[in-house]
Amino acid sequence: MTALPLLAIELAWWQATAIKVGAVLTVIPIGSLILVYVFLFKMMSHMQSRLGPMEAGPHGSLQVLAEAGKFLQKEDIFPARADRAVFAMAPVVVIVSTFILYAVIPAGPDLIVEDLDVGIFFALAVSSVSVIGILMAGWSSGSKYSLLGALRATGQLIAYELPLVLAVVGVVIQAGTLSLQGIVAAQAEGEIFGFGLIGNPFIFTQFVGFVIFLVAAQAELTQTPFDMPIAESELVAGYMTEYSGFRFLFFFIAEFGTAFALAGIASTLFLGGWYVPFLPDGLLANLAGPAVLGVKIMFVAFLIFWMRFTFPRFREDQLQALAWKFLIPLSLANIAVTAVLKVVM
Amino acid sequence: MSLTAHPAPVDWQKASYVAAQAADSRINVELETEGMVLNIGPQHPATHGTLRIVVRLDGEEVVWAEPVCGYMHRGYEKLTEVRTYPQVTTLINRIDWLGHFANEVPFILGAEQLMEVEAPPRAQWIRTIFFEMARIANITLFLGDMGVQLGALTPVFYAFRDREYVLNLMEAATGGRFHPNYDRIGGLKEDLPRGWVDECHGAMRKVRDFCDQLEDLLMGNEIFQTRTRGIGVIPASVGLDYGLSGANIRASGVDWDLRRDEESPLAWKEVDFKVWTHPDGDSFARYWVRLQEVREAASIVQQLLDGLPSGPIMSKVPKIIKVPAGEVWHHTENPLGEMGYYIVSQGGLGPFRCKIRSASFNNVSILPWLLKGVYVPDVITILASLYFILGDIDR
Repeated sequence: MTALPLLAIELAWWQATAIKVGAVLTVIPIGSLILVYVFLFKMMSHMQSRLGPMEAGPHGSLQVLAEAGKFLQKEDIFPARADRAVFAMAPVVVIVSTFILYAVIPAGPDLIVEDLDVGIFFALAVSSVSVIGILMAGWSSGSKYSLLGALRATGQLIAYELPLVLAVVGVVIQAGTLSLQGIVAAQAEGEIFGFGLIGNPFIFTQFVGFVIFLVAAQAELTQTPFDMPIAESELVAGYMTEYSGFRFLFFFIAEFGTAFALAGIASTLFLGGWYVPFLPDGLLANLAGPAVLGVKIMFVAFLIFWMRFTFPRFREDQLQALAWKFLIPLSLANIAVTAVLKVVM
Repeated sequence: MSLTAHPAPVDWQKASYVAAQAADSRINVELETEGMVLNIGPQHPATHGTLRIVVRLDGEEVVWAEPVCGYMHRGYEKLTEVRTYPQVTTLINRIDWLGHFANEVPFILGAEQLMEVEAPPRAQWIRTIFFEMARIANITLFLGDMGVQLGALTPVFYAFRDREYVLNLMEAATGGRFHPNYDRIGGLKEDLPRGWVDECHGAMRKVRDFCDQLEDLLMGNEIFQTRTRGIGVIPASVGLDYGLSGANIRASGVDWDLRRDEESPLAWKEVDFKVWTHPDGDSFARYWVRLQEVREAASIVQQLLDGLPSGPIMSKVPKIIKVPAGEVWHHTENPLGEMGYYIVSQGGLGPFRCKIRSASFNNVSILPWLLKGVYVPDVITILASLYFILGDIDR
C-alpha cells in the first residue's frame, strides 16, 4: 500500500502507479505543446518580424493540435532499404527516455513520481538513453544523410554529457545530496549572507555551473547552435529525414518534451524548484508548487529557445573543441572551487 | 672502386622502421573503406534549386566533388532564335530571377549598339537606378540566406522584409515584382510614377539600416566568423583561371568591376562609388564584400536620384524592330558577376544566335577544386558564399 499524503487516502500500489503513469503521460504532451506554441510558433515569429499561425483558435493557439492531427493522418512510410524492426522501434526508444526523465522531477512536496535517493544521477543517466534511439534511427533508415546525422548526434551527446554531469556535481556538493527533493530543500533552507527568508537558489553560488548546464543542455537537445545532427541546410533533417507520420511526431514530442524536462531539472537545481517562500508543506504548497516550477521552466526554456533562434550553428569539430577544451576544464575548476569552499566554510 | 661486392652494413633502425611501415600499410589496405558517395542535391535545401553535387566522403571529409548542372536547363539560347528582339527580354528576365532587371540591360545595350540607336539620358539614368536596385534585391537575399545555410534562421526574414521595399518600388514603376520586362530597345517602357523618387530615398535608407543590422546580428557573431573565416579560400590566380567574376573574385583581392572599368552608356560614370575588395578570399571575405556592395548600390541609387535628368525616356525607333546584320558582345557587372550576351544578327526580327555568358555557371566551375578536403558543413558554407542562382547556371 502506498500512501498519498496529499489526499490523505490509502491507495493500492497499482492504483498509485496508474495515477503516476497517467500524470506523466499528460504532462509530456502538454508541456511540449506549450513549448511548441509559445516559443516555436509565437516567439520565433515575433523575433522574425512575422505573426506566425493566427487562424486556428485565439492567436493561433490551437495550431499545435492541428499540426498533431496532421501528423497522425499521414502515411507511415518505411523506406525500401530500411531495417523495418529497428526503424519502427527507434522513435519509441527516444520518447521512452523522455518519459522516464519526468519520474524524478518534483513539482511540489508530494508531487513527484519517485523520490529516488539518486534522483539527479538517474535523470542524467536516462537522458542519454535517447542516443541509442537516435543511432538506431540513423542506422536503420538506410539513408546516408540519416547516418551522418546519427553519428554526429552520438559524438555530440557523448561529448556534452560530461559538462552536463560535471556542472551538476557542483550543486550536488553544495547540497550534499543527489535527491532532487533534497536539493530543493537545501536551497529552501539556505541563507544569503545570513538572510534566510527566501532561501538560497544555487544560481547565485553556482552561476558558472548554471551557464555550463544551459550550454550543455542546448547541445543535449540538439538545438542551434549545436544542431548539427539535424542541420536542415546540410543533412536535410539528419536522423529524422526518412520519418513521417506519427513516428516523426514521436521524435518531435521527444525533442520538446526533453527540452521541458531539462528546463525543469535546471530550475530545480539552480532556481529553487517548486519551493515557495513562507509556505509550509501541505496542500497549498502542492498547488502553488507546479505553478512556480512552471514559471521557472518557461524562463529557462526562453533562454534555450532564444539562443536557438539567434545563433548560427557550429561545425562538428568546433563543437567538440568547445566541449573538451573549454567547458570540461571550466566545470572541473568549478567543482574544485566548490569543494574547497564547502570544506573551508 | 673495388670489384668485390661487400654486403652493405645493415641499418637495423631503418630496417625496423621500414618493416613497421610495411605492416602498417598492409593493415591499412585491409581496413581501407571505399568512402561514401553522397549526392547533395538535386533536391537539397542548400542548393537553391536543383544543382546536384556528387561528393565522395571519407568520414565527413570530402575527397572528391563534382557539380552536375542541367536539371533546370530551359534552352534560352535556342529559344532566343525563335523570338523577336522585344520578346527576348521576357525570357532573359528569368535567368537570374533575383536580379531580374539586370539581365535585360546587357542584351538591350547590345541590340542598341548593333542598331546604332542610343537611349536618351533620362532612360539611361533610370536603367542604372533599376540595375542597382536589382543588385540590392538580389544580394540582400544572399546576406540573409547565408545565415540560414549556417543555421541562423532569423536573418533571412529580415532580408525578405527589407527587400520588399525595393520590390514594391519596382512594381510601382514597372508593374512586375519579379519580372519587370521594363527595358526597351531605345529606352524604357514608361516613366517613373509621381512620388517614386522620394519613396526610393526612404527605401534606400531602409536597405542601409538592414546592412547595419546584419553586420551586428550575423557578421559580428563569433560562431559565424569561425564558420566562415579560412573556409573555401580562393587565391586570386586560381579564381581568375576558373573565370570567377563579381564579388567572388573581388573577395580574392582582384580589383575588377565592369561598372568602373568598362565604357558603358549607363550612368555609372556620373556617380562616385568605391569598388570593395578583400584580401582573404575566404567565405567571410565574400560575405563582407557583398555587404559593402549593397551599401554602395544604395548610395549609387541615391546619387542618381538626386541628379536625375528630365526629358524623354524613349528615342526614335521603328515600330517593327529589325537589327542590322552584325555581331556584338556586351557585358555588364551583374549582381552575381559578369554577364554578357554575344548577339549574332543576320538582319532579321530576332537574333540568329545568342550566346549568354552568365556568372554563376563559371562561378560553380571552381567547386571540384574548392571542395577537395573540406568537411560536409563547409561544403554548405562554400556553396552559400559562392552564391549562385540556379537559373543563372542552367539558363
